[in-house]
Order: sequence, then C-alpha cells, then structure tokens
Amino acid sequence: MIRTPLRPLARILPARAAGESPRGIERENLRQRHKHMHDKMRQRAEGRLLVLGVFFLFAFAVVGARMGMLATSDPVEPRASAQGAAISAARADIVDRNGSLLATNFETHALYAETQHMVDPQAAAKGLVTIFPDLKSEDLLEDFTGKRKFIWIKRTISPEQMQAVHDIGEPGLLFGPRDMRLYPNGTLAAHVLGGASFGEEDVRAAEVIGVAGVERYFDTYLRDPANGQKPLQLSLDLTVQAAVERVLLGGMKIMNAKGATSVLMDAHSGEVISVASLPHFDPNSRPAPAIKGDQSESPLFNRSVQGVYELGSTFKIFAAAQAIDLGLVSPLTVIDTKGPMRVGGYSIGEFRNKNYGDLTVSDIIAKSSNRGTGRMALEIGPERQQDFLRSLGFFEPTSFEISEARRGTPLLPKRWTELSAVTISYGHGLSASPMHLAAAYAAIANGGIAVKPTILKQDFLPTGKRVMREGTASAARAMLRKVVTEGTASMGDVPGYSVGGKTGTADKPKPSGGYYDEKVITTFATIFPSHDPKYVLVVTLDEPVETSGDKPRRTAGWTAVPVAAEIIGRVAPLLGLRPTVEPNNLADITMVNSN
Amino acid sequence: MRNVLFVLTTVTVIALAFWAYNQHYATQKVLSETDRLHREIREAHARLAVLRAEWAYLNRPDRLRDLVDINFDQLGLLPLRADQFGHVDEVSYPASEPLTITNAVEVSGTLPQAEVNQP
Repeated sequence: MIRTPLRPLARILPARAAGESPRGIERENLRQRHKHMHDKMRQRAEGRLLVLGVFFLFAFAVVGARMGMLATSDPVEPRASAQGAAISAARADIVDRNGSLLATNFETHALYAETQHMVDPQAAAKGLVTIFPDLKSEDLLEDFTGKRKFIWIKRTISPEQMQAVHDIGEPGLLFGPRDMRLYPNGTLAAHVLGGASFGEEDVRAAEVIGVAGVERYFDTYLRDPANGQKPLQLSLDLTVQAAVERVLLGGMKIMNAKGATSVLMDAHSGEVISVASLPHFDPNSRPAPAIKGDQSESPLFNRSVQGVYELGSTFKIFAAAQAIDLGLVSPLTVIDTKGPMRVGGYSIGEFRNKNYGDLTVSDIIAKSSNRGTGRMALEIGPERQQDFLRSLGFFEPTSFEISEARRGTPLLPKRWTELSAVTISYGHGLSASPMHLAAAYAAIANGGIAVKPTILKQDFLPTGKRVMREGTASAARAMLRKVVTEGTASMGDVPGYSVGGKTGTADKPKPSGGYYDEKVITTFATIFPSHDPKYVLVVTLDEPVETSGDKPRRTAGWTAVPVAAEIIGRVAPLLGLRPTVEPNNLADITMVNSN
Repeated sequence: MRNVLFVLTTVTVIALAFWAYNQHYATQKVLSETDRLHREIREAHARLAVLRAEWAYLNRPDRLRDLVDINFDQLGLLPLRADQFGHVDEVSYPASEPLTITNAVEVSGTLPQAEVNQP
C-alpha cells in the first residue's frame, strides 16, 4: 500500500504559489487517512462479530438439536457401563444384631380392572368372589358396570390367586407389580418394626412408606436407593426376643394381667436387646388405630415407651443412691421409719400400714419403706432431687429410635413441693415409661454413667455423662442384690446369675382422679449379674392378680418378680452369660480351735 | 502413479468401512449380551430375595418351637438353661486305646538263672 504523504510537495507548491495555506491540504489528507483507518477497523470488527455470531448460532443449534433429541427419544439405561450395584429401587431390609431378617420386600401383584375392556362383567364379578370371599358380588358388578373406567380391586394378591384370576379369562382384569413389605417372623417385635403401607400408587409401581416403629423413624434411610443393599441393623436379638415374648405372654396369662411389657437393655451401651409389649399385633396386617375409647387398650399401643406409669417403689433406689452420693447417708446409716409422718398436710403411710421401726438405708430398700425413703428425700430436697432425676433422663421422652417414643413424655408435678419430693422418692407423682426406668437402672448397673436407650447396633461404646460416683453405684447394686436375697423380691433369685433388683407396686390412677383400690401396675427392675452387671431388665404387668393363694395377691413380689426371674433364667444363657458363683463378702476371720 | 494412489485410497476406505461395520455389530452383540446378563442378575436378585424371605419365614422362632415340640421324642431338645453349662474339667478325656503293635520285634530269650531267682 502506498501511503499518501500528508503534505505532498506536488500540491503544496501550487497552493503556496496561489497564496493559500498548505495547512488545509494537510488537514484534508489527515482526515482521509483517519477515515481510511476507521473503515478498516470497522470492517475487521464486523468480521469478528460475524464469526462470533456464527459460532453462537452453531452452539445454540447444537444445544437445541440435543434437547430435541432428548425430548423425542425414549429413555434408555446406560447399557455398556457396569451396573451400579448399590442402586436399588427396593426398600432396604431390616435385620437383627446377628443378621437375621426382620423385614424384607416381596414381589406380589395388585389387581385392578379397566371396565372399558371388560367382556363379561357378571362372570368376572362372580369369579372374583369365589377367589376372594371378602368381596361382594353386587358391589363389584356395580363398579364394573358404572361410569368408572379404572377400579382397584386388591392391593396385593398371592401368585395362586393371580393364577386363579388369570383363569377367569377376563381381559379387563389386569395386574400391576407391587413390592410388598413382609415381616417373616409375624408378631415378633411387632411394636419395634411398626409396619408399612402403600403411599402413592400407580399401575406400574407403588411407594412403600413406614407407618410406625423403626419403619417410620428411619423411613428416609430405608427409602434411599443408595441404601438398597445396606440393611438397617437393629440391636434386637431375634432368639432372645422370641424367648422373652413367650415367657412374658405366659406370665401375663398366669398373672391374669391385661397387659405386660419388658425391656432388656445392655447396661453399658444402652442397646435394647429385646423389647416386648403385650398385647401385640401382626405388622403384616396392621390393625386400624382405635378411633374411640382408650388408646392404651389397643394392641397398637406400645407400653414400653408410650405407657407412662407411676412406677412405684422402683424409684426408691434413686433416692437412696442420691443420698449416698451426696454423702448424707451410708448404706448402714439407721433411719427412723416410725409414723406418723406428715408432709405438706398429708400423712405418709407404709404398705398395709406396717411399722418397720429403725432401719438401715440398705434395709429400707430391701423392705421397701415409704417413710424411710421419704425422710431421705427431705434431706436431699426438691431442687437436688429434680437435678438428679433430670440427669437420669426422667424429664423428657427417651431417645429410643421408634416413632412412638416421642409420645412417651413423662408426667411431672406442676409444682415440685416437699410433698412431691417425698412421694416421687417412692415412685408416685412422677409417671415415666419402663424404657426410662431401664435407662436409669443402666446408669446404676454400669457404674454411674447415664445411657441413652437405642435400637441400633452400636459399634463403639458411647460415652455418657457421669451421674453418680462409681462407689455409689456399687453400693446401690449391693442394696438391689439384698432386695432379692432378703427383701421383697425373694422369688427373683436365679441360681448362677445373682439377680439384683427392686420391686414396685403402684395403684393405677383413675381417669376421674384418685386411685383404684384393686388395680395396680407392678414392676420389677433388675440388673444381672449384680456383682458385674451386663444387662438391665424391666418387667411391668398391668393389673395383674395372682390367685393361687387364699387371697388374691397383687404385689410385684408375687407377680412381676417370678415372670422376670423366668425371663432371666431363659435369656441369660442365650446371651452367652455363663452362670457364675457370686463373690462372697469377705468373711470375718475368727479363731477356730483346731483341737 | 496418481491412479494407483486413488485405487489404494478407495480400497482403504472400503476396508475401514468393513472394519467399522464389524465393530458396530460386535458392539451390538456385546450390548445385547450385557442386557441379557443384567436381566438374569435382576431375576436372580429377585429370586434370592424371595428365597431369603422364605428362609426367614421357615426359620421363624414360632415354627421352630412347634417343630421341636412335635419332634420331641426324636430330638429331645429343651430350652437352654443355666445348669446346662459345664466346666472343661467335667469333660473326661477319651479312654486311651491300647497301642496296636504293628511291627513286633522278637526280644524274648533266656535270662541268666541267677537274676531270675532274685526276688
């Protein structure tokens, strides 16, 4: 390119000669040069814009085409890659601590009808009634000939029933696959497992949702497809659970009780090995919840966590343990338990108006003296008593992981007066569930560490808060052992397992206020083996009466204790506990004349 | 020279097309094989789930207890109790059988008279 000079001589000279200013020429040339540069740059920029525009057009065209392809093509699984083994559409299984199956899925079919395809509704209705006797022929016919085009007939049917429906030969009767939740052990651990039902239903699949128990509490975990191959492992032991339920059912019948519950807990980890509540139900066909009447009469009611009862004298050990922990008394301190004792205008009496006179703390527990523990509670005072019971977990629902546990809120007095302190020291005026009691006894059993009851198998020992000194817990254990060897729970001794425990008999409160005379809740809370406790067992019977003697007997010593002893005798060997000889107290050395 | 190159290129293209065609069909075959295997795995999983459920159902404690009761005269099974635990020292050692002599060596002979007579 030839660059035009700004002041070309050829033009300047004539201009000068004409007397014009050469500056005009220079300006004109400069202008032209700038215009030229401007045009060039503009052209380049336009070119770039074009390229960019074409690029964007192309990119959008590709994205659009891809979207169109995705929208119009059928979805396919990535076939070439290895199948993600962890992904599973089925709800995760539930297994016990040894891996035995507690809940699994079963492929069945749902039966539905499309009326527009029906050939002979009359014959179809007749055929269905012979297969499913619970259906009514008239209702079916009305449905089939009515306006509805789509009718669900049965949620789940067995393969035999499916074949029979096939044999009717009606093209309007169709089947949809269904994953059914199956509990192979029937009623076993029914209250823990809860049950499941169908949520959103479609012809091709249905959503299985947990409605109670662990099925509901862990619903999100169980439904997560990533957990399809990882079953939920509970702390329950199937064999122990079966043995406990059998013994408890037998005990409930012998003692003419209308309900019973037991909690067997590992004293160190808080794992619940077995929890039973009777009467029970079959989670495979969960009964409908009671709409009217007392919910606690329904078999769905879980007495172990939902049933908050005044647990009676089983609470006495807490008053004694706290008094020892605070240094107020020792197990050998003598306390006057003579009446009359009046607190807040009320007279505190003993069982059958007995009078025990002077008793040591240890004997107060063994003989179960109300006035004795009441005096200790007065020494402790309401404030410190509240703090202690709160640290044992008596102030809020247990952390037990089933959906019903949240409803087991303990009933506390509105104002915690001195009278409350005294009555609560012997288990009246504060209502808690047997699960609460088991957790609190576990703290005594394991040397003073609070435990949280759990239904999940624990890999590590959880570290809880210390609620009493180790020495206190050991003194409390010795007192509990004495209740069995010398006190109210003499029938609770199981040779080889050195059972220690405390009985409790509480009158049932009337809904209208006051207490029934002849209706009681009896409880036996035990730890075994008492010299090195591994397990805590709480057995509670609802309205038991033992009729082998002349007079009906309703105390825990005659009702709950033998049942608990039988349970321990059955399950301790199953838990792998060898019978041991209890280490004796060191005998006083006496000189014996050898002659 | 140019024609040779032309023919060579055409032949190469045909060869590559043939190879690609083969690869395509081989891939399709492997994919359908994979599909079949996946289906089999799924079916096997479903069967396994049913078998596991059935195993659990047949081994439910209620049924085992009833079976034990029915077959008591043959099995004689009772619930495990504390008195059935034993100590290792309560188990007697098996009686030691006398050793059988397989390669006997003849060692009999006459002893010197003097030693025999001694008490």
